[in-house]
Amino acid sequence: MNQPLLVTATQKAGPKLSLAIGAVVLLVLVALPLLSLLPDGHALQVSAYTLTLVGKILCYAIVALALDLVWGYAGLLSLGHGLFFALGGYAMGMYLMREAAGDGLPAFMSFLSWSELPWYWAGTQHFAWAMCLVVLAPGLLALVFGYFAFRSRIKGVYFSIMTQALTFAGMLLFFRNETGFGGNNGFTNFRTLLGFDITAQGTRAVLFLLTVALLVASLYLGWRLARSKFGRVLTALRDAENRLMFCGYDPRGFKLFIWVLSAVLCGLAGALYVPQVGIINPSEMSPTNSIEAAVWVALGGRGTLIGPLLGAGLVNGMKSWFTVAFPEFWLFFLGALFILVTLYLPKGVVGLLKKRGEQ
Amino acid sequence: MRFPSIHPEFMLEPIIDEGSGRDAIGLGQVVSPGLDARHGTVLTLEDINVSFDGFKAINGLNLYIGVGELRCIIGPNGAGKTTMMDVITGKTRPTSGKAWFGDTLDLTRMSEVQIAQAGIGRKFQKPTVFEALTVFENLELAQKTDKSVWACLGARLSGEQRTRIDEVLATIRLEPSRNRPAGLLSHGQKQFLEIGMLLMQDPQLLLLDEPVAGMTDAETEFTAELFKSLAGKHSLMVVEHDMGFVGSIADHVTVLHQGSVLAEGSLAQVQADDRVIEVYLGR
Repeated sequence: MNQPLLVTATQKAGPKLSLAIGAVVLLVLVALPLLSLLPDGHALQVSAYTLTLVGKILCYAIVALALDLVWGYAGLLSLGHGLFFALGGYAMGMYLMREAAGDGLPAFMSFLSWSELPWYWAGTQHFAWAMCLVVLAPGLLALVFGYFAFRSRIKGVYFSIMTQALTFAGMLLFFRNETGFGGNNGFTNFRTLLGFDITAQGTRAVLFLLTVALLVASLYLGWRLARSKFGRVLTALRDAENRLMFCGYDPRGFKLFIWVLSAVLCGLAGALYVPQVGIINPSEMSPTNSIEAAVWVALGGRGTLIGPLLGAGLVNGMKSWFTVAFPEFWLFFLGALFILVTLYLPKGVVGLLKKRGEQ
Repeated sequence: MRFPSIHPEFMLEPIIDEGSGRDAIGLGQVVSPGLDARHGTVLTLEDINVSFDGFKAINGLNLYIGVGELRCIIGPNGAGKTTMMDVITGKTRPTSGKAWFGDTLDLTRMSEVQIAQAGIGRKFQKPTVFEALTVFENLELAQKTDKSVWACLGARLSGEQRTRIDEVLATIRLEPSRNRPAGLLSHGQKQFLEIGMLLMQDPQLLLLDEPVAGMTDAETEFTAELFKSLAGKHSLMVVEHDMGFVGSIADHVTVLHQGSVLAEGSLAQVQADDRVIEVYLGR
């Protein structure tokens, strides 16, 4: 909760301090899993609950960053990014289920008295192939959807509605037992990951560190893209697509590239989320989840890279407090937050801080 | 991870005749030196018809623009001037008729992007620039270079390209504002920036829709000088209502009325034409 204050200070002191603060935050994030390895009862020990909670929020932060790339830069508001996140998660979950089931069938299939694995489960016992699926499933879906959507020049609110419909359709599909992904229960009761006990402190610490690494890598990638000519073309695309076409750029390729990249980032985040949280089910694809992701980005500040991370942290931090203190009011609060941000903070928290800093 | 389907070449319209569309313009990239205009016309419009739900916006239009010519198009509102530009730039497909760029490029079969890459630049009626980017970046994006996704991912400005941007900045007199976001420019400055972006594209043919709207007298005068200096190297087609401006630049004027050419000639000639007077002043 003290991050906004830090950023205010940052704006006053310039880039050197903001680098220093970034380094401190990174240091804390790296220290957390190490502290969790301390013996029980030690004063500095970080509980498994805290570590999982922060790890989960970091995964959400990656989704926020991915959404910001397409919404903040290219102006494509996706209300279906939860689908890509869940697909990555399910791909990882398939591997974990196979690992838990050993040579037999995953438990939910035995309940359905299936005798053999559906064809699309082939090879999922191999970690490497599961990792390929983590990238391919969201990536190919985004490629096909994006190709047709951008070819037909669908944009604005129509595009948002279609992405929302897509994730809803995905949720309904995955809810069915016949689809072969565990129906509404999804996947759970994971045991091991590459032979390591998934609930062991050491495994949790490594997964957490991997999440931090992915977040840092995504941030770096986003920063490089935003600074490249490619990033400027995206901004131009957002503001004046016609002008860009008459300058000789084909917008479709640019949109498709950033769209697929964003989906793949979400898939990777989902793959790291599942083993940390220990469950994946179709509710991850529910439309509200994707809308919530848009709230993170809007609250933090579109097109600012750091803003969405802040937004994801703030909203999820508030959520974990709210859902304990006033569980029935959380959704009202979230809705009110979105309305307030749209009305009074068009550039989000980061925009507000920048303004303060300039005054 | 090189997905072939991301490459814009793959994504261009598939309906292209060999030798007229993509091949003729060099795989969708920079071409202009090779534009075939041996017969001296850069643009040929023959018997163009465009109708929207039965309304004939363009009706049997014939128009020829010579290489290096500066042509002004005038005409009352609704005469079809903007629609004609839409046809030339591929935004609107004609119901029938021929549109050729040079001797070999069939504009009716090319996409907007291909047409732009082949060397036709367009300035909109309402100045359209990339507001969130700086003046310098606007010019950088417009610059004639490889505009594929892959090229943009790794693009760096060469010294030569920088020099060219600086030259254009000087030409359009926006040097002091080079690092300002384009959204903060005045209306007239945006007009100049858009003209500058056209210059960066280095097109064979420039289509300019009301370029001096909202400019001060001094700016208008300067624009007239600029256009006159461009003619010869480029062909220009200027749609303008400001008769003073037209008189100061045009050697050749075309009057459009109800979607077809009403009169053609020098400004004095068309102004003396009885039909033109009738259209402009009423009976």
